[in-house]
Amino acid sequence: MKRLPLLLLSGLAVAAVAACPGKKPETPAPVSAGPDADSLARAQKAHDDSMKAAQDEADRRAREDAERRQKTADSLAGIGRTTDAVKTILGTMIHFDYDKAIIRGGDAAVLDQKVAILQANPPLRIRISGHCDERGSDEYNLALGNRRATAAKQYLVSHGIDASRVETVSYGEERPIDPGHNEEAWAKNRRDEVDILAGGDALKQP
Amino acid sequence: MKPVGLLAIVVAVYPSSRLVAQDTSAVDRGVRIGILYRPGVRPGIVILTGRAPALDSVRTIMARDIDYSDRFELITLPGSDSIRLAAPSPALGPRPAAGTGTGKTSGGAASAGGLNYPLYQALGADFAVAVTPAGADSVVVTVHDVAGGAVRREVRSRLPPLTDPGFRMAVHRLSDRVVEATLGAPGIAATRVLFVMDGKAYVIDQDGADRRLVSSTDHAAMSPAWAGDGRRFSYMEFWQGHGRLFVQDVASGKRAPVATTGQALDFTPAFSPDGKTLAFSRAIEEGTDIYTVNIKDGCCLQRLTVGRFYDNLSPTYSPDGQRIAFVSTRAGLPQIYVMAADGTDQQLFAPFDYGATGSSNAPEWSPDGQAVAFHRDVAGTLQVFVLDVRTRAVRQLTSVGRNEDPTWAPDSRHMAFVSDRSGYRQLWIIDLETGRIRPLLQQSGARLPAWSPRLPETAPSTP
Repeated sequence: MKRLPLLLLSGLAVAAVAACPGKKPETPAPVSAGPDADSLARAQKAHDDSMKAAQDEADRRAREDAERRQKTADSLAGIGRTTDAVKTILGTMIHFDYDKAIIRGGDAAVLDQKVAILQANPPLRIRISGHCDERGSDEYNLALGNRRATAAKQYLVSHGIDASRVETVSYGEERPIDPGHNEEAWAKNRRDEVDILAGGDALKQP
Repeated sequence: MKPVGLLAIVVAVYPSSRLVAQDTSAVDRGVRIGILYRPGVRPGIVILTGRAPALDSVRTIMARDIDYSDRFELITLPGSDSIRLAAPSPALGPRPAAGTGTGKTSGGAASAGGLNYPLYQALGADFAVAVTPAGADSVVVTVHDVAGGAVRREVRSRLPPLTDPGFRMAVHRLSDRVVEATLGAPGIAATRVLFVMDGKAYVIDQDGADRRLVSSTDHAAMSPAWAGDGRRFSYMEFWQGHGRLFVQDVASGKRAPVATTGQALDFTPAFSPDGKTLAFSRAIEEGTDIYTVNIKDGCCLQRLTVGRFYDNLSPTYSPDGQRIAFVSTRAGLPQIYVMAADGTDQQLFAPFDYGATGSSNAPEWSPDGQAVAFHRDVAGTLQVFVLDVRTRAVRQLTSVGRNEDPTWAPDSRHMAFVSDRSGYRQLWIIDLETGRIRPLLQQSGARLPAWSPRLPETAPSTP
């Protein structure tokens, strides 16, 4: 039952790729006789082309994905193979702009590492907590922190992690890591933290 | 005619009596003679000193309550000895003016009932209040109408001993009786303010005394809110990152988790005026939205808003229970909206200039229904605003420092809020009529205040 939405999602993704007309190569207009057979062949060719383009696109994405994973894995390998090292990477925080819950470009790589770790450790379950700086309203910040935690979870799920493995919570501005009242402290406090809920006793390197 | 010569002496003896009164008094700092209720001038009131030292703390608390009501000029007298030089002590026994016809005598140091009315009138008092013991466990509060030269009202009340936890609230109730007897207006002395400090919820008397811890100590608490009857309150606690709502009984201190909450992040509870429904914000992965739950029967969770791509939070009921003001980010930044109590007819409440007005949050509907207080981001800091419900005009109330999370007193003219105007964040109280501002709590870190309704009596006070 739990896998059903995922299957549906991946089905949709394939359909979306197949339907994508953007990269379709221009078919040169052939000069020949037998309009019926000709148009049939043209249609067939166009169809084949678009299918091929879609396939190529999918292959290319898979390749890029794999390359990126490999890069991630390589970087992880460089850090060390202990559970603690993996935990450190898993626990790397991501940060946000003021009153925003959008994953910054630079933080995508940080989340990619978490995807890799989660994929390498199927029993692993995590909790993402969203946090805010002290400038906003205390209660509004609970909603904002919730958006920040959810944004990270959505990234993980869209990269293949089962949603049931990731819990989200928000602490608003209640748990600052820097008690200062300046931009430096605020920037640190606008963050997502990751905690291990289960399956973190022995973590494998991706 | 007034005995001018005597007055001159009296003024000479007490030259600075009016100067002791608060500095926000409207115009007249001199001696007033016989004229009541001039526009812009608040009536003068004096708490008479007495011979029973046991009641000094009663008088002190009462004087502060009456001062904090911001409805009077509180006249402070010198020590009781010096006053007895000029007038017999009121503790000797003021006499009710019950049809004796002697309420007004012309001149003379000692007037009717043992109270020197002309003297107090010369001091600027329109009312004088005497507190005298009546038996072992009761007091009599006598309210004199100084200009009328008669006793306005006598209130006999049981008073718990000084060490009793109910002592202060009993005195606050007496203060409210004085306000009622003099001006016919209900007071706010018998009220308390809930607030959060260091992750715990506390309650404190409106005069800043008697702070008590009310939440548990093992979970961080937020967003306390009173029920309309003053017998219960609700607040949120973090449990493993979830927000759980509790409803707690004031008298017993016992609390119960709100049914249907606990697995999500539930926060900002708000009681419906009839006390049967709790509205609150719930944050799930889809976003934050407003729900209601029937707390009488512990059932019937209802979702009032469906944001999906924006958040809805911080509900506050109108006193008639028909409408809910709330915060929504539907236009980008959070602003103040209003809807019917069933979630229909959602519309903008506090107007704003798109792209110019800062975030608006933390709305609270006033007990008289005419206004909604909230805070708004102005040039990078927060200021308290008031929305006029009828005209939808918005007025900025504060401008010094950062000011946030306003909460109304039951008289709808006082408001508690958080401000860093003194250098650190603490609780303040403002009177909207006079503009007078006073700290409620000197300690730093207090926030999210919630002012109670007039609190019900837990024990009978009439002997």
